[in-house]
Formats: sequence, structure tokens, C-alpha cells
Amino acid sequence: MEQQREASTIGMWLFLATEIMFFGGLFTGYTVYRSMPAGARIFAEASHRLDVILGAVNTGVLICSSLTMVLAVYAAQVGSRKLQVAFLVLTIALGSVFLGIKAKEYHDKFVHNEVPGYNFKYDGPDPVQGPKFEQMFFTFYFAMTGLHALHMVIGIVLLTILAVRAYKGAFTPEYHSPIELTGLYWHFVDIVWIFLFPLLYLIGFHER
Amino acid sequence: MEINQEYHEQIPPPKVHYLNNHYGWKSWLFTVDHKRIGLLYLVSITLFFFLGGAFATLIRLELLTPQGDLVSSETYNKLFTMHGIVMVFFFLIPSIPAVLGNFLIPLMIGAKDVAFPRLNLLSWYIFIVAGIMMLYAILSGGVDTGWTFYVPLSTSFDHTNVTWAGLAIFVAGFSSILTGLNFIVTIHTMRAPGMTWFRLPLFCWSMYATSIIQVLGTPVLAITLVTVLLERLLHLGIFDPNYGGDPVLFQHLFWFYSHPAVYIMILPSMGVISELVANMTRKRIFGYSFVAFSSIAIAVFGFLVWGHHLFVSGQSVYAGMVFSFLSYAVAIPSAVKVFNWTATLYKGSVSLDTPMLYAFGFIGLFTIGGMTGLFLAALGIDVHVTDTYFVVAHFHYIMVGGAVMGYLGGMHFWWPKISGRMYPEGWGRFSALLIFVGFNLTFFPQFILGYEGMPRRYHIYDPQFQVLNVMSSAGASILAVGYLLPMVYFVWSMRYGPHASSNPWPGTGLEWRTSSPPPPHNFDETPVVTWEAYEFAPMHEAPTASQLPTGDPIVSS
Repeated sequence: MEQQREASTIGMWLFLATEIMFFGGLFTGYTVYRSMPAGARIFAEASHRLDVILGAVNTGVLICSSLTMVLAVYAAQVGSRKLQVAFLVLTIALGSVFLGIKAKEYHDKFVHNEVPGYNFKYDGPDPVQGPKFEQMFFTFYFAMTGLHALHMVIGIVLLTILAVRAYKGAFTPEYHSPIELTGLYWHFVDIVWIFLFPLLYLIGFHER
Repeated sequence: MEINQEYHEQIPPPKVHYLNNHYGWKSWLFTVDHKRIGLLYLVSITLFFFLGGAFATLIRLELLTPQGDLVSSETYNKLFTMHGIVMVFFFLIPSIPAVLGNFLIPLMIGAKDVAFPRLNLLSWYIFIVAGIMMLYAILSGGVDTGWTFYVPLSTSFDHTNVTWAGLAIFVAGFSSILTGLNFIVTIHTMRAPGMTWFRLPLFCWSMYATSIIQVLGTPVLAITLVTVLLERLLHLGIFDPNYGGDPVLFQHLFWFYSHPAVYIMILPSMGVISELVANMTRKRIFGYSFVAFSSIAIAVFGFLVWGHHLFVSGQSVYAGMVFSFLSYAVAIPSAVKVFNWTATLYKGSVSLDTPMLYAFGFIGLFTIGGMTGLFLAALGIDVHVTDTYFVVAHFHYIMVGGAVMGYLGGMHFWWPKISGRMYPEGWGRFSALLIFVGFNLTFFPQFILGYEGMPRRYHIYDPQFQVLNVMSSAGASILAVGYLLPMVYFVWSMRYGPHASSNPWPGTGLEWRTSSPPPPHNFDETPVVTWEAYEFAPMHEAPTASQLPTGDPIVSS
């Protein structure tokens, strides 16, 4: 059993490494375009169009959900079935709040003509590069936060399965690796957001 | 039966082994036995090999004449695209890892299965789903962008099934990632007692390095395909200059995976060759640790050289120089392997059985392919021969003359273990020679064609190139026969071939210390390893293959 736990932990860390490479492609593209001279300037402009309050709230929500996740692992380690389920459900709830706020943000983009290739309207100072690079920024915004949201949905599904199993008493202090491994996954998804938030929402923050 | 140092003792096959312990299609499609999963992959990739070969046949038929008389240019574009996609993603990348790796790694390390058997089965399911998606893409109109999917053709201007093909490759990538993940964890956590890292067979080292590449590189291809599909379907312009995008960024992202991908294709084959050369010279591989570390070095350096595919893309010349230098550096660990295999031959007792013929073929053809890779890594030469048949010849020497020969050599070497039967040796040697001759006749003229300026991916060409093209197509027909023969005699041998003993060669690996075919759980008792890898007894002590009892070991032991 010990060897199986070690094996599954290595396996999950390897999988997270693949996830880093997966998101990494988008981060690379973002870096390339933002490091172009026009890109740097106009990404900042575009970033100001995002709602930084909602983004900051979401960041706080996710960090709290990581806390509740860790507490769920702790509850499993000490064998408390009630606390396990409670913290897993709290994590699910916080994750859902995050997704709800994201949905509101996406909706606002559609309403305010900020969807590239669809109804994008540019109203900034640079008529030549502006429309191009702002749409590029929003493409990355939707692609990166969309991919992140997809991973959150998968995480919430996994957590729901875990919560049901925990409720039925499947986990003991000796065996609770699914909770630990899902916790690793959840923390990873959280860390991705910690990178996304400043890169998307906080460019040129002092100039807002 | 106790596992001990007497590797040449034979073990009779059990009444119940992995092939007859359960019958029926459900026992195959729902198996979690790594050996059966290896065979499921064997059948699947062989089918894809036929499909890719069919496309190749049509290509070589078209190229018999300088005019475009067999197919239209659009159809020809589809032919070479789908030949590339099917051969790379659905044959070569899975071939040795999913067939031989799955079958052998647990046996070689003394384990009873991989670390995650159900994940292993899931990998195969994902591969089949991807294969069906690809078949749909092919049958419903095909793809014609080239297997490299360059933008803006693939995103904005192409009307063929780029979307389905891209999705199929995306799905297939997960099969590759999960297999690699499984192998890494298996090799880390499931080695038998006493099987230290430096007692591992070199095949395991190669597979470990391959798995690292699979795990780290494939996700980048996945996200690149996603962005192409986003651009194609939703018109989000990541590579589109109208949005400030750069089409060359696609090339960087694509080749960041696709270059390491070629190392996924060759490293397992190199691992097989290490096993074949050691066994068929009855000697420990010269410089074991150098060969082991060279696998890791190839995996690491392989991630640093992708820009050599972009020499003429308009990227900075200084970047080109750096990538050129690194491409020369990555050849060094490969050369270490070739030198060490050759040095192993010195004072070895060299047998010329079929696997060794494939190994010799590999060493020669891989050397040619590798050296021509260095020609291409030189900026000055590359400017002239890029996008010509020189490049086509180079990579076919490595992928077919190298990887496929290693795969076939390994299939012959381990066939007795897999099936419990011996293949017919005469036909084996004949096929190996036929493949060698056919291969060289097919692809050597292509070096000359490329050097003289014939561009690739064109179905019409200047009449002066016809003679060499006819030679190439003739060679391809010989090669086809060479490939068909093993398929026929392997199947024949399963019913009519002589029963193989547990250790016919004999080999020193743990896989040879269990019966042929192995029992479902691999070893009756967990082996405890107290000896180094490749400890062949001195020649005057141990029996060679011809001295061992042949035929049914139950009768003779």
C-alpha cells in the first residue's frame, strides 16, 4: 500500500508537470506578444478594461478554496468523516463561486463588445495597432481563463465524486490518497490562476 | 522455479499463461494485463502501418512519372499529409513504447505489471478513439496541409478536415502522455529487490528517457493544436497578423514538441539495439553507464534544438546559429551510442541471427541518417536543401532505417517470449535483407534528388529527376514485400512455429527467467537480483543458442 501511495503521488506530480507544459504554450504566446513594443503598450490598455475587483475577489475565493481543500485532507488524516465532507463541499462551493463570477465577467465582455473576432469594438488611442493587439489580448484572456475554468470544472466534478465517497465512509486515516491527490490537482489549478491574475488583470495597474 | 544466476536454465511453459488464462473478446478488450495490452497495441499499430503504407504506395506510384497523371495536386497533398500523420502519430510514436515497452518493462524489472494497469488500458482506449477520429478525417475528405499544419494555411485558408485531424492527434497525445507517465512511475517504484538503476537493462533506460519526453513535450503539441482549432473555428487570431499575431510562433510551438517527438521515435529503438547487440555478441555493452546517460542527454538536449526546423522561416540568424550549435551537440550522445555498440562487437561472439541483422542495419542506416542530419544542421547547407528530398531522405533513414528496423529486430528477438513460438529463421533473415536492400534503393536516391534540387511535397517534377524517382519507387515495392513477410510468418508461427524455450538466445535479462509465454503474473516468485546487467558467462562456459535444447522444452528438460 505504501508503494502504491508513493507511486500514485509520483504519478500525480508527473501529470501536473504535463499541465504546466500545456498551459505553458499559452503563456509562451502571451509572452511573445506582450514583449513586442506595441504589445506591451496595448496589452496594458486592454488590461484596464478588465474588472480588477472581480478578479481580485476571485483570487481570494480560490485561495480560500485551497485552504478548505487542505483542511479536507487534514480531516481525512485524522479520520473525521463529517469534517472531510464539510470541507470538500466548501471547496466545491468556493470553486462554484469562482466560476459564477467568471461567468459574469464573460457575460459582460459579450455585452460590452469585448469578444475578439465576434463583436469587438476598439475605442482606445491607437487606431493602427490598437484593434490588433487588444483583440490579441482578449484572445489570450478568453483562451487562458477558459482553459483554466475548464480545469476548475473538472476539479469540481472530481471533488463531488470524492465528497460522495467520503460521505459513504470510503476514506480512513490509512487510506485517503484520492483526497490528497485531488488536493494536489486543486492547488495546481489555484496556482495557475495566481499567475493569470497579475498577467491579465494587473498590467500597468498604477496607470488605471 | 528459483530465479538465480543460471540464466541459461530453461523453464517449462506453464499450463496457464497470459494468452490462455482467459478466452473471449471481453478478456482482451477489458484486460489490465500489460502483456495483453501490448498485443492490443501491436494489432492496432500494424493496421495503421498498413494505412500509412497504402498512402506511401500511392505517392511512389504517382512519382514514377514527372507529370501529375495519377492524382490531382490536391489529392497528392492529401496523400503525403495523411502518410505523415498516420505514420508519425499512429504508428511510430506508439510503436516500440506501447508494444515492446508495455510488454517488456515490467518483465525486465521483475514486476508483475505496470504501476497503473487500468490507466494502461485507458491509454489504449484513448488511442483507439483517436484512431477512429483520424479514420473519419481521412474517409470524409482527408487533410492536405502537410503533417506539420503550418498556419495560416491550416487556420484560415484550408477547406479540408484539419479540425478532425487536429482533434484526433490531440486525443492521441493523451494516450502517449499516460503511457509515458505509467512507465516513469513503474521504473521508479516497482523494480524488484536488488534491481538498482545501474543494473537495469539499457532498454529500460531508453524507455525512461522516452517517457520523460512524452510527458513533457506532448502537452505543448496539445495546446498548439487547440489554438489552431480555436483560430479555425472561432476566428480567434493568435497567429493572425490582422490581430498582431505571428505565423512563425506556430512553427516554434509546433516544433517545440515535434522535434523531441523524433527522439520519442528513436530512443526506444536505440534501447532495443543495445539489447540486441549485447545478446548477439554475448558481451556486456561497452560503456554501460555512458550509454545509459546518453539516453537522458538525448532527452534533455532534444528539447533545445527545435529551431533547426525554422532556419528559413525568417527567425533571427543569431537564433539560427545557436540552434545549429545545439543540434550538433545533440548528435554527440547519439554518436556515443553508435561507438559503444560498435566497440561491443570487438572480441564478441557475433551471431548473424535475424535480430542481429536488423541491429547491423540500424547501426549503418542510423549513422547515415544522423550524419545527414548534421548536414542539415549546418545553416549554409540547410538553406539549399531544406524542403527538398534531401530532408525526406534524412528523416526516413532515421525513422525507417533506424526506428522501424529496431522495432522489427525487437519483435523478432522477443517473439519467442511474447508468443511461445519461434519464427522461421530463414525467412527472418531473408526479410531483413530484403528490407535493407529495398530501403536503401528507396531512399538513397532521394538524397541525390534533394541535393540536385527536387522539392518535396510536389507531385510533378522536372523530367531529369525521373530515373532516380523510378529507382526509389522500385525500392519501395521491394520494401513492401520485406514488410509483408514478417506479418505473414509471425502469424503462421503462432500456430505452426516450433515451441520456444523460456530462454532461446539465451538472454540475461529478467524477462528470460520466466517461461515463454510468461504466466499472467509474470514471475512465480519475485526475483531478487544480485548480478549486474549483461553478465554473460565467458564463452567457454555458457552454452550458446545452438547448444541449448530446442523444440518442446517439456520433452527435453
